[in-house]
Amino acid sequence: MAAETAEKKKASIFTRVSDTNLLLAITIVIFFAMYIGAVVIQGGGFTKPQMFFNILNSNAALIITSVGMSIVMISGGIDISVGGVVALVSMSCAVHLDMKGGSVFGSMLIALGIGLAFGLVQGFLVAYLDIQPFIVSLAGMFFARGMTTIVNTAPFNVANEEFKNLMNTRIIIPGMGYTNRKGIYIDAYVEPGVIVAIVLVIVLFAVLRWTKLGRGFYAVGGNKQSALMLGVNVKRTRFLSHLICSTLAGIAGYVYFLHVGSGSASHAMGMEMNAIASSIIGGTLLSGGVGNIIGTLFGVLSLSTIQNIVSNAGLDQAWWTGITIASMLCIFLVIQSIVMTQKKRALK
Amino acid sequence: MKFDIKKLLSNQLVIPFAAIIILCLVNLGYDIVKDASFFSIEVVTNNSGNSVFSGPLITILDYGSELAILAIGMTLVTAASGGQDISVGATIAIAGSAMLRVLCGGNTRPEVLATPIIVGFLVACIVGMLCGAFNGMLVAIFRIQPMIATLILFTAGRSIAAWINNNELPIVPDPKFAYFGSFIPGVPIPTTVFIAAACIITAALLLKFTNLGLYTQAVGINESSSRLNGINPTAIKFISFIILGLCVAVAALIKVSRLSTINYSVIAKDIEMDAILAVALGGNALSGGKFNLWASILGAYIIQFLTTTLYRFKVDSAALPAYKAIVVILLVVFSSPVVRQKMQQFSSSRAAAKKEVA
Repeated sequence: MAAETAEKKKASIFTRVSDTNLLLAITIVIFFAMYIGAVVIQGGGFTKPQMFFNILNSNAALIITSVGMSIVMISGGIDISVGGVVALVSMSCAVHLDMKGGSVFGSMLIALGIGLAFGLVQGFLVAYLDIQPFIVSLAGMFFARGMTTIVNTAPFNVANEEFKNLMNTRIIIPGMGYTNRKGIYIDAYVEPGVIVAIVLVIVLFAVLRWTKLGRGFYAVGGNKQSALMLGVNVKRTRFLSHLICSTLAGIAGYVYFLHVGSGSASHAMGMEMNAIASSIIGGTLLSGGVGNIIGTLFGVLSLSTIQNIVSNAGLDQAWWTGITIASMLCIFLVIQSIVMTQKKRALK
Repeated sequence: MKFDIKKLLSNQLVIPFAAIIILCLVNLGYDIVKDASFFSIEVVTNNSGNSVFSGPLITILDYGSELAILAIGMTLVTAASGGQDISVGATIAIAGSAMLRVLCGGNTRPEVLATPIIVGFLVACIVGMLCGAFNGMLVAIFRIQPMIATLILFTAGRSIAAWINNNELPIVPDPKFAYFGSFIPGVPIPTTVFIAAACIITAALLLKFTNLGLYTQAVGINESSSRLNGINPTAIKFISFIILGLCVAVAALIKVSRLSTINYSVIAKDIEMDAILAVALGGNALSGGKFNLWASILGAYIIQFLTTTLYRFKVDSAALPAYKAIVVILLVVFSSPVVRQKMQQFSSSRAAAKKEVA
């Protein structure tokens, strides 16, 4: 009898938490454990706040793409064209600024335009023609990569003055700096892209949480049939999820461009993989209906912390990064699969 | 017998044959304008002194063969799991790298082979099957969508391949090793054609004399009802990935043999796209279920036809994917259920209108 109640209680704690919150909790715990572990074991750079800000600086674009990816995944789709879109945006903007002598504002419009165009086409094909999102976005990825080399083959750095000023803008964060060996105080800073990323994370978190559209994404991803019966416009919701994701990829492309300041066909290679990995680590389920933008943010942070730990440990050959991300993704996928099967069993 | 055009149009092979006719016409037009000859086959003497056939058509047969081999495995995986394996390019790099490691025994510039070629090939087969087993495990046992599961090896594969050989590029010293990717002395036809033929015959025999084909289709069409009929869907999916792993190993042998060495970031690049395209062009449903192996193989050669044609039009190799992506999108749009339904409605309403007039 006692054993039975204990089992019931255990099951109820396990099942009472919603899927989204359960996976989010796992992610946040893992991130803090990893970061604290890194501080304790490797010390050095990890104790300085700037280390954390550098992670943000170099991953602002990834945060934006991952957020878009999470939205698509929550509504039951996938988009692997984001890396290609980022490369195409950076190359197009670089050509616009340098070879065509365009303005910074114009290049921003180009970035948005490319993102919107990809979103419109892919969203239409997926939502209204009912084609598998993976095939559509695989074609989108190859199209974007191919177009990048058609726009310009050779990689080059942008020399536009107006753009360089924007690129070198630093936003100082007071009170977080450190004193270096010579006794000079160095301020902690972030790049403008980080502000864009943070604002987008907050806005989209609110959209997903409190708007009809946001709840629609969860409903469609959870079960299309019941979403349809609840009066959700399933086709439009799926269309919008792809539109938002590709537009965010366009914005991310500009943020990436702002960070590296060059156009190249090999930019953002494998970024789609990192975005998917971050979303999954952040607790978004591949099967749809479960996920959280804040979790995705932590997913990106976990991923880049791992990368930093790997490179700090002296294993900075290029191949280790690929192998670590892939194995982390693999572990999380398997954990998700096991947790969800266990939970289903507990509910029965 | 009445000639039924409607029945003909609904045949699976309509798309591939239409593609061949279009490509032939495009090339004929190019020949007339530029005064070139696409369809001629000449006998030339190659670098090693053999007289061999040469010409664009031979190139298509040669380079299309490795794609055809991959298309066999890809068709089975698509049919069984309703998804595609996008890691084939990366696993070719892994299998090729393992083969080189065994053949050269860890030396970068060995004088003689460390092991016979057959041992190297067997190692590649084992490695390819291990990669297939890994993907198959994630898909069949952990029930992860095939494309996501294979995304893991897609990213890590080339890194693993570089790591196997310590990022060095060993060169195989034996000239016999190069035969697999080029010509055997005295035989004017590319060796790859024979390898592909052997693979295709093996696959055809396998499908004819075992229930594998039937079971695969059953699992792809409806997994739970096939389980109720006593088929083990997990095992069928797993087997399809293992077979793809073997196909990858054979393709790796050809790819590595062409160069006698390897380039980790370039070898078999974008081949996953071509393999998926071959399956789609063959008219097979990308969502699984019924499949036609011959159509996929035909599709593979058509893809190579397309690639060769694009090269003739001086398209940069890095820009090729953009054009192929357009072909994929057109294909999937025309085969999507929504568009098909619309087209059927259109044709039936026209037929009705004709009747009224009469």
